[in-house]
Amino acid sequence: MRDLMKTLANGIVRANPTFILLLGLCPTLAVSTSVDNAFGMTGSVLFVLLAANVIVSLLRRWIPDRVRIPTFIVIIATLVTIVDLALKAYVPPLSKSLGMYVPLIVVNCIILGRAEAFASKNNVRHSVADAIGMSLGFGLAILLISLLRQLLGTGTLDVFDVRLFSIPGLTDSPAAIFLLPMGAFFVIGVLLALFRWLGVSECE
Amino acid sequence: MALVNNMVLSKFLGLCPFFGVSKKLSSAFSMGVAVLLVMVVASAVTWPLFHLLLVPYGFEFMRTVIFILVIASLVQIIEMTIKRTNLTLYNALGIYLPLITTNCAVLGITFVNIDSQYSFIQSMAAALGAGAGFMLVLVIMSGIRERLDLADAPKVFKGAPIAFIVAGFLGLAFLGFGGMVG
Repeated sequence: MRDLMKTLANGIVRANPTFILLLGLCPTLAVSTSVDNAFGMTGSVLFVLLAANVIVSLLRRWIPDRVRIPTFIVIIATLVTIVDLALKAYVPPLSKSLGMYVPLIVVNCIILGRAEAFASKNNVRHSVADAIGMSLGFGLAILLISLLRQLLGTGTLDVFDVRLFSIPGLTDSPAAIFLLPMGAFFVIGVLLALFRWLGVSECE
Repeated sequence: MALVNNMVLSKFLGLCPFFGVSKKLSSAFSMGVAVLLVMVVASAVTWPLFHLLLVPYGFEFMRTVIFILVIASLVQIIEMTIKRTNLTLYNALGIYLPLITTNCAVLGITFVNIDSQYSFIQSMAAALGAGAGFMLVLVIMSGIRERLDLADAPKVFKGAPIAFIVAGFLGLAFLGFGGMVG
């Protein structure tokens, strides 16, 4: 049990997929304009990563080495299609907001990377722990970025249409740049530097 | 497509190789060409596949799976071709060549072609533009990074953080292209 927790924690801190491994940046920066999006994306990634890790781990002895990457890709693509259709059916506004970045989860380096680096070499229990850890790490990262971008970009914090709070001066003339792509780049650049300064990051 | 809706700077696609390969100008250029090639060929193959095969049989939902398989095969073919014709180039690109498969930009452009309901010619034009834009940004970025490595950034910013911030500024600059072409 102890080393399951270690695997899990690994994904959150020491090998955080977004801030340390620098994987899966495309969707992270693209959808992090609002906290709702962040939740939606994390949920989707969690589902796909968990299912993919489990399936790959279960099949790991039977997948021939030469075709393993295409096999992983097909597994992941199928899972992503399921998630995409489910989102479209059950939460259309979220699906619209996340747009093509949901199908793009299939090329999210995090998922393919973990299937290749971990699930194909470890048993199911550890793969589950890894999937949860990585998803949580990703989720925390994208949540943090979305929080900053939404707060600075609109001056308010709305989660699922519930206004949590707003910053008085900022609402009238928010720093809209943060909603734009370059704002995302700035935010993640500064956050990366911050984490390094705090001594959390290891050398690149 | 290449400038205002730039794949990397406004659509966030193609970031991994962007930050991985862009340290040296020569490899950035080769990478850019390779991606452009894959984008154009992938668009050329996926568009007819979608409109002539998937739609008539009601299989549109299969597009994610089919498109990514097409891209993966294409990259494999290109990889083998480069290995046979130009070994130095093959070594220079290293792991980033097979990684073109997971380049969001390539899959992204195939999706954009469908979602924006482009005709075949328009899709080809979009792919060319997107690829050119990607290459442009990659080359610019690597040129800047070569100099950045020698510059005197604060210690915590060295490497990835400063690269992101620079990318942000680059994006800002590209926004200025907004009014240029219609």
